[in-house]
Amino acid sequence: MLTTSSPPRADRLLSWGLRLAGAAAVLVLGGIVLVLLMQSAPFLLDHGSDLWRNDWQPGQARYGMAAMVAGSIVVSVLALLLAGPLAVLLAAWLRYFAPALRRPMLALVELMAGIPSVVYGLWGMLVLVPWINQWAPPGASWLAASLVLALMILPLALLVTDTALGQLPVRYLQAGQALSLSRVGMLRRVLLPQAGASIVSGLVLQFGRALGETMAVLMVAGNVVQWPGSLFDPVRTLTANIALEMAYATGDHRVALFASGLLLLLVTALLLLLSWRLRGEKHALA
Amino acid sequence: MRWPDRLAAVSGALLLLAVLVPMGLMLWSLLVQGSGVLSVDFLLEDPSQAGRAGGIAALLISTGWILAVCLLVAVPLGLGCALYLSEQVPAGTRRAQWLGGVLDMLAAVPSIVYGLFGYQFFAISLGLGFSILSGGLALALMVLPLMIRSAEQALRAVPFSYRQAGEALSISRWGWVKRILIPQAAPGIAVGIILSIGRALAETAVLLFTAGYVLRRPDSVMDSGRALSVHIYDLAMNVPGGMARAAATGLVLVAILVILNLLVRRWLRPAQGVLY
Repeated sequence: MLTTSSPPRADRLLSWGLRLAGAAAVLVLGGIVLVLLMQSAPFLLDHGSDLWRNDWQPGQARYGMAAMVAGSIVVSVLALLLAGPLAVLLAAWLRYFAPALRRPMLALVELMAGIPSVVYGLWGMLVLVPWINQWAPPGASWLAASLVLALMILPLALLVTDTALGQLPVRYLQAGQALSLSRVGMLRRVLLPQAGASIVSGLVLQFGRALGETMAVLMVAGNVVQWPGSLFDPVRTLTANIALEMAYATGDHRVALFASGLLLLLVTALLLLLSWRLRGEKHALA
Repeated sequence: MRWPDRLAAVSGALLLLAVLVPMGLMLWSLLVQGSGVLSVDFLLEDPSQAGRAGGIAALLISTGWILAVCLLVAVPLGLGCALYLSEQVPAGTRRAQWLGGVLDMLAAVPSIVYGLFGYQFFAISLGLGFSILSGGLALALMVLPLMIRSAEQALRAVPFSYRQAGEALSISRWGWVKRILIPQAAPGIAVGIILSIGRALAETAVLLFTAGYVLRRPDSVMDSGRALSVHIYDLAMNVPGGMARAAATGLVLVAILVILNLLVRRWLRPAQGVLY
């Protein structure tokens, strides 16, 4: 009944339909790159070298993004330094010291991963910024942005580490126990080094997420365009700049924002390639 | 246990607190700020005075429309692409690796870049303007990799013996896909759809310059409409005295996401790797 009722025409249609759907994914990526390139190419050719200067004054046709590039980098680096080790240690602890807590904690962490970035930003505005403001005004600062981002990337960093540790062969643990190594020694000498590459690969991706995050950073970083001097200074990131100025930008200013989007895309792509390399995954793209 | 192990066990508990305390603070501060405003009326009234008063009914409607547009595009397209991957591209081939790479890349693109693209392509080039349609389409592109990956996993989990049985009966390809493959993978595909809904509801940056800020109830998909997440951002940043309602809206959004998460958990565990 199933065999003969549908003619081969349906099969051919299906085959072409699926091919089209597959092509759509490629088209989306190509379209994004193309649109950003087309929007910013003329500007890059004319003012490309100016972008690296340190004066962002769109009103006076000055489009130096150095301060915001630095802002993006320092905010994300600090966030990764805070969240990365915490996530790795916590994942290892849950797996090897408190297995009873592991399942409920992972469930909680997955829930955390789904919480919108605006809500993380709101938390930063409600709790973190006033708190920092008490001892180092104005509160909205590099530190606040990094702390909020750290909390945001922690869940996925933890899940990635847990997966990486879970992929280690059980016999490592058995061999360690047979040699009566301490668990800390096992972790430090065997398990973490063995899983190191995949853990770092996952953290690189999280760094990319931190760089690309807009809302949470926008809400707590203070958004003053300046070279990040101290932890308590307000900073503006590239992403926040796009979100703040796109609404009213025109002409070259608008194009400069597209150029910064292109830069973000490029950096994300490079981080992804790095992450593949580290994992030793053989992607044709890498 | 030896002393380094004991020490590690104790210090791990401290690390756990370093995660749980901020998370607890987050929920607590939302509750403190928002619970005074939250009520059934808050859900049923339209906002007034730029959101300082009234509720979020209009936003729930706009959010629903944006989500509907997003799913109408992302689900068929995502399912099609997932079928293509599972049916027509043998795993391990060059093409599979390329497509996998493209999907990873799409998943890694920052959401503000999707926003820029959506603004330029849908709102300006296609002339859709700041509208629910622009916003929903841009959002659809953003959730597409997640939808594809989870549907692909669901499809690949269908036992190989089913395929063999189908082939032994010389079932047509279309018949196999329609009557066996998709029904068998349906729970997993449902999980993928729910995950996509969660991701779409949580997103803000994509919608800022595509769906826009308008607070009214939308009349059609060509109207601008503000999503819940954009409302939270706008109230917290741009409206003095909007904090309480921002927190209350945040509570509503988190509640929706928690319910979706529980649904996924009850229904079927997504395989590892789908979430990120």
